Amino acid sequence: MTPQRHWQKPPFIQNPWLRYGLWAGATLYLLWALGSLPFDWTRIAEGLPRAARIFSGGFPPSFERFDLLVTGFKESLQIALLATLLGVGLSIPCAVMAARNISPLPVYLLGRAIIILSRSFHPVIVAILFVAAVGFGPLAGIITLTLYSIGFVGKLLAEEIEEIDWGQVEAVRAAGGGFMAMLCYAVFPQILPRQVGLSMYQLDSNLRASAVVGIVGAGGIGSTLMNAFGRYDYAFAFAILLIIIAVILVSEGISGWVRKKIW
Amino acid sequence: MVDHAQKLANRVWQRHSRKQRLSRYGVFFVTLLVVVWAVRDIDIFWPWVWDAPTQIANLGGRMWPPSAAGLGAIIRALIETVHIATLATFLTIFIALPVSYIAAQNTTPNRACLWLGRFILVASRSVNTIIWALLFVAIFGPGVLAGILAIAFRSIGFIGKLMGEAIEEIDRRPVEAMQATGASKAKVIAYAIVPQVMPAFFAIVILRWDINIRESTVLGLVGAGGIGVILQSAIDTFAWPTVATILLAIIVLVLIGEAITGLLRRRVM
Repeated sequence: MTPQRHWQKPPFIQNPWLRYGLWAGATLYLLWALGSLPFDWTRIAEGLPRAARIFSGGFPPSFERFDLLVTGFKESLQIALLATLLGVGLSIPCAVMAARNISPLPVYLLGRAIIILSRSFHPVIVAILFVAAVGFGPLAGIITLTLYSIGFVGKLLAEEIEEIDWGQVEAVRAAGGGFMAMLCYAVFPQILPRQVGLSMYQLDSNLRASAVVGIVGAGGIGSTLMNAFGRYDYAFAFAILLIIIAVILVSEGISGWVRKKIW
Repeated sequence: MVDHAQKLANRVWQRHSRKQRLSRYGVFFVTLLVVVWAVRDIDIFWPWVWDAPTQIANLGGRMWPPSAAGLGAIIRALIETVHIATLATFLTIFIALPVSYIAAQNTTPNRACLWLGRFILVASRSVNTIIWALLFVAIFGPGVLAGILAIAFRSIGFIGKLMGEAIEEIDRRPVEAMQATGASKAKVIAYAIVPQVMPAFFAIVILRWDINIRESTVLGLVGAGGIGVILQSAIDTFAWPTVATILLAIIVLVLIGEAITGLLRRRVM
């Protein structure tokens, strides 16, 4: 008579010390974090009635100041367009500099440094600095998003250049082509589809971001939204939010459609 | 016949057909028009544009050298930032997993749940973290709770969407085998679905934690806690050397976060 065997699911982490240690660590961390964070419970307790008031004030969303909304969106679109154009334009030399296979080491390091620097901060932080430097308005937004585009497009484009088919470069060199000829006839044709796709993606992404950088004063619909919140005009604020969501969905659709057509 | 051969010999190679060329010029022309419209119509005071490089250099000059005063407060704020990101990621897991379960085509109970799940994911993703933060600051007042909720609400869409896709890609056979033995729905989930999506789950959560650390550095600019609060107050009081220190601290935090996620990802995969 053999004892009855029971199958048990093997644990996800084999080592029991590690398994229970992780649980204990997570519990301790939660206690520490929740204990040390300054929660203002009296203020938080007021939250639910306040939420009810905000949402009842916000519904139905008011489209009375429709022209203000249109102006805000027009500005956001302009910011996104110009920043994409400038950013993508500047990201091409940066990407060439930051591609290890066609740039000498000092240039490569400089290019990488530019890209890493423009990627290291959230656009909102960059925006608040430029608002302080060049004043409120769309100019700060354009500079911010240009930098943001250089970081993103430059990085992916540099990786794309590093993966090109080297045969074409050798062919152009063997025919006596110089550096510029090599770039124009051997490198750029290979990265062009990716470049167009990335630019479309970046236009979409800049349009989203332009709604956000406006909150710290860099122009566009974000500034309109911030003003509406500041005046406790929740009906208008919710109207803006709804339109932002709609515009983002449409722009995501368009950018996805164009990218599918090209790739 | 000769005429035909002549025609062939005189052909000049062109990269694009006439139709392709016309559509390319058309796209270029429309782009040019849009750009001209944007440049002419935008509300920019142009003398400021030419002045901008001097202004930016000037601001950079005022920031240098970074001041070490208030380093203690900065480090405390950094720890708060990490707490916000971590607690928000933790909270997200509990909301995002059920949502991803009903938003995945192969596990959803019915059509209504599928569309409800998809609606939650789209709504969460199309509102930016900082806009969520504005809303929660208006509701719960300035502070870390608004920050945690803002990050969590934005992360639900991200984790939920990717987890939903992971669930849709599972191997059906373990599920069918479990069902054939008459296992209950909970057991099918626990023994056939969860083990298959576990690696994807950890990878997604680690990725989102990294993103959340970056996002939580800006929450304070709208009053939702973290390092952004002291950044905003340093900017408001024109304490530029302190601003420089805070910016450096943020870079260090982001780099540490990236190193930790890189390490964890290699452990999990």
